[in-house]
Amino acid sequence: MNIINILDEIEKVDGEIYERLNPRRAAMKSFYNFGSKMAVAAVPLALGSMFKKAYGQTTSTVIDVLNFALTLEYLEYYFYQQGSATVGLIPAGTPAVAAINTIRDHELAHVNLLKTAITSSGGTPVSFTAANFDYTAKNTFPTVFSNYPTFLAVAQAFEDTGVRAYKGQAPALMGSPSVLQTALQIHSVEARHASHIRQMRKAPAGGGVTALKPWITGANDSGVPQVDAVYKGEDNVVQAGVNIPSLGVSTAAATESFDEFLVKADVLAIASLFIKS
Amino acid sequence: MKNFQQEDQELLHKESGILTAPLQRRSFLQYAGAGAAGIALLAAGCKKDDGSEGLRVDGVNLGSGDVGILNYAYALEQLEAAFYDAVVKAPYSGITPAELSLLTDIRDHELAHREFFKKALGTSAIIGLEVNFTAINFTQRASVLATAKAFEDLGVSAYNGAGKLIKSADYLVLAGKIVSVEARHAALIRDLIENGTFANSEVVDANGLDKARTPSEVLSIASAFINTKINASNLPS
Repeated sequence: MNIINILDEIEKVDGEIYERLNPRRAAMKSFYNFGSKMAVAAVPLALGSMFKKAYGQTTSTVIDVLNFALTLEYLEYYFYQQGSATVGLIPAGTPAVAAINTIRDHELAHVNLLKTAITSSGGTPVSFTAANFDYTAKNTFPTVFSNYPTFLAVAQAFEDTGVRAYKGQAPALMGSPSVLQTALQIHSVEARHASHIRQMRKAPAGGGVTALKPWITGANDSGVPQVDAVYKGEDNVVQAGVNIPSLGVSTAAATESFDEFLVKADVLAIASLFIKS
Repeated sequence: MKNFQQEDQELLHKESGILTAPLQRRSFLQYAGAGAAGIALLAAGCKKDDGSEGLRVDGVNLGSGDVGILNYAYALEQLEAAFYDAVVKAPYSGITPAELSLLTDIRDHELAHREFFKKALGTSAIIGLEVNFTAINFTQRASVLATAKAFEDLGVSAYNGAGKLIKSADYLVLAGKIVSVEARHAALIRDLIENGTFANSEVVDANGLDKARTPSEVLSIASAFINTKINASNLPS
């Protein structure tokens, strides 16, 4: 993993990333030095904490949020684009073909919509091509485009992450009601996708993950431990101080009935696994 | 009309956490901009009278500001919970165990949403609404699922349209936590009716956007299933 390349990618999203990481650009030097002294295994952790520092307490501008969303939409679009174009991956002659195409087309529509919105707001949209992404996540999912159940497992992670990401950004858009509404209208489409992908994974051809539901039960119900970060905190059962099981539902239903949000840094940490270094 | 007053009073007494409830309401009301938490518990005894009074004049008043929007959501969740409760209590003929399991899950989610809003709103909560399901044939799969689809798609569009009317970031996120679950329901119900229709052009436009409806649009559609008159005139717009 090359941290500097990832930071460069993030800089495309957030032009002030270096300033956010440290007010003095020159201080990045200390970061390079720091990195060189660290054990390789500790790098992702440090990166995560730097992102937290970068985004956790900064008010995002609307364009920042839109570019963040655009990054995720590119990630999803090229994933489905590549999947649908890979002969033999999605079982021919089954409803899965149309479903994946529908989702792919929505992601492309989101890409185009966000690009337009960013440009019309005076911003510069981030730009990605298929070549920027590594959907094996550095060989975590080596068969992502050759094994249909693996493809769907990664799809589920992307959709559930997307839902959480948009949710987490809603407050940052409160000053722009029409943009907020648009983001919410994308958010619920991602949730529809997630619901359907989960149903596809239940089918025998999709992997036969029979315990899976269209909604998220507890923390990481995906059966894929590599995506724990996608489901971090989904087992929460307290909403606005109200303990949901105390209202008369099971703990499982309590976790299912409220989808949790993810902060930008956590989403970027997940997305960065799929961005080539 | 069916009166939920007795049931509410029983629930109030059953709540073992009654001593902590006012605290939760207090933090809620602070966000909502109504500071009368100190009298929340005292006022609980007369809220039904207030509701009935409002009913006689111009319907159940949802209120204004974030309280109004949350009552609006509470009204919709009441409708959905009542519907799925009826579905699960007397399932349509030929229901499969898988379908019953999914519909029971949804019933539980809507119940959680309804009870959450009721508890969070405290004394600001509207009364229990009288629903009207005479148009639904609960013995018939097609009728039940068509209604479920209508309710779920309506719920998604309602939250999507209400988000920008919410003033508190915390409540905006809460609405977001619920709407995506409603969208998951909507997609599932649609797939049960016809596989692959989870996000078809009926609900998602050429820009890849789900529908968003204003409260008045939503309540106009929902009113076919609710006998209680709802006054949404004080909602933010």
